[in-house]
Amino acid sequence: MNETQAPTIERMHGMFLTMLRIRAFDEAAGQARRDGKLRGSVHETIGEEAIATGVCANLQPADYISSYHRGHGHCIARGADPVAMMHELYGKAGGVCGGKGGSMHVADFSLGILGANGVVADGVTMAVGAAQAVKLRGENRVVAAFFGDGALNRGPMLEALNWARIFDLPIVFVCEDNSYSDRTRTASVTGGPGILARAAAFGIPAATIDGNDLLAVDAAAGQFVHAARAGRGPQFLHAITYRWRGHLALDQGLYRDPAEVAARIAEDPIARIAKWLTSQGVAAAVLEADRREAAARISAAVADAEAAPWPDMNTLFENVQDAGAPTWR
Amino acid sequence: MAVMTYAQAALLALQQEMERDPTVWALGEDLGPEGGISGQYLGLQQKFGKHRIVDTPISESTIMGAAIGAAICGTRPVVELRYADFGICAADEIVNQAAKIRYMLGGQVRVPAVIRQPIGMRDGMAAQHSQSTEAWWVHIPGLVVVAPATPADNHALLKASIRSDDPVIYMEHKELWTVTGEVDAAAGPMPFGKASIRREGGDLTIVTWSGMVPVCLSAAGKLAARGCGAEVIDLRTLWPWDREAVFASVAKTGRLLVVHQAVRVAGFGGEIVAEVTERMFGSLRTAPRRLAAPRTPVPFSEPLETRCRIADDRIVATALEMIE
Repeated sequence: MNETQAPTIERMHGMFLTMLRIRAFDEAAGQARRDGKLRGSVHETIGEEAIATGVCANLQPADYISSYHRGHGHCIARGADPVAMMHELYGKAGGVCGGKGGSMHVADFSLGILGANGVVADGVTMAVGAAQAVKLRGENRVVAAFFGDGALNRGPMLEALNWARIFDLPIVFVCEDNSYSDRTRTASVTGGPGILARAAAFGIPAATIDGNDLLAVDAAAGQFVHAARAGRGPQFLHAITYRWRGHLALDQGLYRDPAEVAARIAEDPIARIAKWLTSQGVAAAVLEADRREAAARISAAVADAEAAPWPDMNTLFENVQDAGAPTWR
Repeated sequence: MAVMTYAQAALLALQQEMERDPTVWALGEDLGPEGGISGQYLGLQQKFGKHRIVDTPISESTIMGAAIGAAICGTRPVVELRYADFGICAADEIVNQAAKIRYMLGGQVRVPAVIRQPIGMRDGMAAQHSQSTEAWWVHIPGLVVVAPATPADNHALLKASIRSDDPVIYMEHKELWTVTGEVDAAAGPMPFGKASIRREGGDLTIVTWSGMVPVCLSAAGKLAARGCGAEVIDLRTLWPWDREAVFASVAKTGRLLVVHQAVRVAGFGGEIVAEVTERMFGSLRTAPRRLAAPRTPVPFSEPLETRCRIADDRIVATALEMIE
């Protein structure tokens, strides 16, 4: 039995809309950061939208995901409200984390999002723990742990792979490989035959796919999520993609060869699925209207966030800890 | 009431909490076959199974990270890190995740985890197995820091820590594992932030915790023989700490001496002295003092290690200087 769902026009069109929303969100967030309207680190997902979209489309509502600093796409793909997310990026009241997390920590736990993390690979160790809780409680949930290629060189990541294997946990590791660890080419700082071999070394079934091909992501994620849910233990999806922008909004990415950037941008995952939808008979005018609508929705979210009030000053002291609460100031 | 060791008291508390709440579980190295290095998990894996008493690889980052993930997903993990020195291997997960994920996510999640990392010098364990790092964790918003000194407290405070929705750094002292005392098995959890006045006295307030409590009590006995009444306060928890008990005692005695086994420089004694000095300078009859370890790694050689410890005679001598 296979959990993979057939790539119907309706299903793929729904994912196309999710990808448009992610791109519009990060176009707007990145621009707001460059315009000085936002503070802090904003790591854009532009060019990597197919992976979050295709993986989350294969999860159930009760499943968990863990995210990381480049995490807006995971949230949106999981169904988070872009308005509350944009408020969070602006540090405003009404933000999904009350304005206390910001871009790097934007997460809606009610959607099974275990947090977005500013420390590389830390979300992965937490994800294996979530999978352990699922097993301990006898629940039917799968965990999808998202991380970048840079994470494969952190010790906790390697510990977590071993951990997932020895405890046979229901988890799908999703490596979004955009070739860069911050501003350094990952290949230049990585020993051995590569990422897939690292997963294989721990006995974890793994596959490398074209992460800019939504159809391929959808098919592979369906198989891996099904295997994890069926009790076959951890799975590892290595999805090749490309980061169109710098590491973050204020990084121009000048350390990259312009020819490389141009060639990889030509693999635009949104253009590719649009082409497929057109080939299946969806009118180009429909897709263009979708783009306009996504951009308009995000523009409205930005306007809302800019007009929103700051958080109440009392929230500074809320949710630190219960024990000792009256005396910690 | 039953007489048992400090380690047995913790074992009893954990067993009772695991019976009471099926979401309580423990993870760490060597918990099953040997029952932990001091028998503080003895027999629990046989009783509750390998899925609730989990033997892990030597992977402190993931022991801690997995516990956090499991804690925010509806379980109450008890994390065994063996020694405080190895707690440092999991410091990222404790400081950057456990302590602040609730805050970063605007209160959407809680981390009800107990993080056991025993402190202190014992039997020549040298520089990487002897540290007392309690002050490190008190500095981190979001953490509770517990340091029990008696079997009864180790029982009641571990229960409280397991039921706490805040993450708790739980620091047993290695030299106390075999100390015996009376424990009321039916005792419930003890509230955090309530000090114990172990001995009353009117001339001097000695504030201490953990393994230094018995040493301070010995010193107080010697001081009494010389006509000096030392009040010994065991803080039990360092965050929150019982300021009211300390302030009330110092208001009575006018003299404050803090004793701890951790390094004196930037130790928690500094915080206590600063709070007392800021708030009740006019009540002090003499300058507050601290007795604690020198700022050196803990040496192996026995006489060198002994020089780093605070002996009761040094406490007596310092107390007499303060009173004269």
